[in-house]
Amino acid sequence: MVITDHINSGARKLPIWVVYAAGLVWPVWLFYLAATGAMGIDPVKALEHELGELGLQALIVGLAITPLRAMVGVNLIRFRRAIGILTFYFVSAHLLVWLILDVQILSEIWKDILKRPYITVGMAAFVLMTPLAVTSNSWSVRKLGPRWRKLHKLVYRTAALGGIHYIMVGKTWEAESLIYMVVILALLGWRVHDSRKKQRGRAAQSGSSTKLA
Amino acid sequence: AIAPALGASKYSTDAAPNTFDEISAYNNFYEFGTGKEDPARHAHQLTIDPWSVQIGGMVDKPGSYGLEDILTKVSQEERIYRFRCVEAWSMVIPWYGFELNQLLNMAGVQSGAKYVAFETLVREEEMPGIRSVNIEWPYREGLRLDEAMHPLTIMATGIYDKPMPKQNGAPLRLIVPWKYGFKSIKSIVRVTLTDKQPQTTWNMLQPREYGFYSNVNPQVSHPRWSQATERTIGGGLFAKRKETLMFNGYEEEVAGLYTGMDLAKNF
Repeated sequence: MVITDHINSGARKLPIWVVYAAGLVWPVWLFYLAATGAMGIDPVKALEHELGELGLQALIVGLAITPLRAMVGVNLIRFRRAIGILTFYFVSAHLLVWLILDVQILSEIWKDILKRPYITVGMAAFVLMTPLAVTSNSWSVRKLGPRWRKLHKLVYRTAALGGIHYIMVGKTWEAESLIYMVVILALLGWRVHDSRKKQRGRAAQSGSSTKLA
Repeated sequence: AIAPALGASKYSTDAAPNTFDEISAYNNFYEFGTGKEDPARHAHQLTIDPWSVQIGGMVDKPGSYGLEDILTKVSQEERIYRFRCVEAWSMVIPWYGFELNQLLNMAGVQSGAKYVAFETLVREEEMPGIRSVNIEWPYREGLRLDEAMHPLTIMATGIYDKPMPKQNGAPLRLIVPWKYGFKSIKSIVRVTLTDKQPQTTWNMLQPREYGFYSNVNPQVSHPRWSQATERTIGGGLFAKRKETLMFNGYEEEVAGLYTGMDLAKNF
């Protein structure tokens, strides 16, 4: 596979700090566009939407890394931590724009979180992401050992909640949010399929030695 | 036949209107797509000449009314109204148009009529949203007859001194300034007088979220967001939210239409 070799060797050469830098600058750039009128007539909603979508996109990229390696041999695993941390950064920016520039009123924020299901769902996704962001470092990986892997499976729930949140924001069923959900479900479905396959593999191995059936 | 309006209408607000560019670049008109910029992008395809309105149901003179003909028989004037969308944003818009009661009187409303139903044009080849947006077309709206006859309720034909932009509902649209914007149906081709409460599009889609009345009411939340405050369009990224007014500030004029009604129930 020549193409995947090219991608893999290119990816090896790309320093991780470049990914961090690009990710850090991107929301700042969007903020600049919104503040200077380049994001249309309703910049608060536009910025809020762009940042939320960016968060979902980063989440999807992060979830695609394992299946990409397994299915086509593209190895981007060394970027996964950066992408995860950036996802949290994008979603935090989305949340802050909502809090400070959109809702503005503290008492309303609390009411919204409790009373409005789409916000409850979005907040739940954010809360689930927080421990993942905090433990996205080598020290935590060592410290937590096998529990680290278990903890980071929370990202599957985060992704599902994020997709639901986007669908619920729409006034009608909107194609864009449904497409995001389909992609997220496909990435989660692949994992279910993959773990079943591995289980069957293990069962077959032990089965052949004992010949019970 | 019509004297130009001297001075401002007593129904106009003295709030500063939004610019023509703001009003014509930020629209909800799902026949052209669900994005706010979609109508401005696609509505140029719409042909609005010739245009006629089918007036029917419980009227003395049902039939097809040509727009040009209508406009020679009504008196038009500027009305600067607050416009509050159910999505919690607002603008101030200088409409040009005539009171709906003039059109209804032209057709002769029969005594048993209680409601007015409206329909928007459906023309698939000129309206890309008809195919891509999952709504049962045509877009439908309705008013109680007393709401329709109220002097604040107008059929608008222009904004500032310009003809109505297509993305804003050319050539003829309803404006009911004390109700959420989606009640103010665009590009109207059919008006029907009836004795039954007509079906309305958003109510058909989400009856829990959008009622028949849909009067602006800061005390009655949309199930998914508060209606207590609004984002004023045109204020930029750091604009302060504004408190939403009961009946969008037209309480004095219209509260009497709803005396004795539970407005939380009849939302």
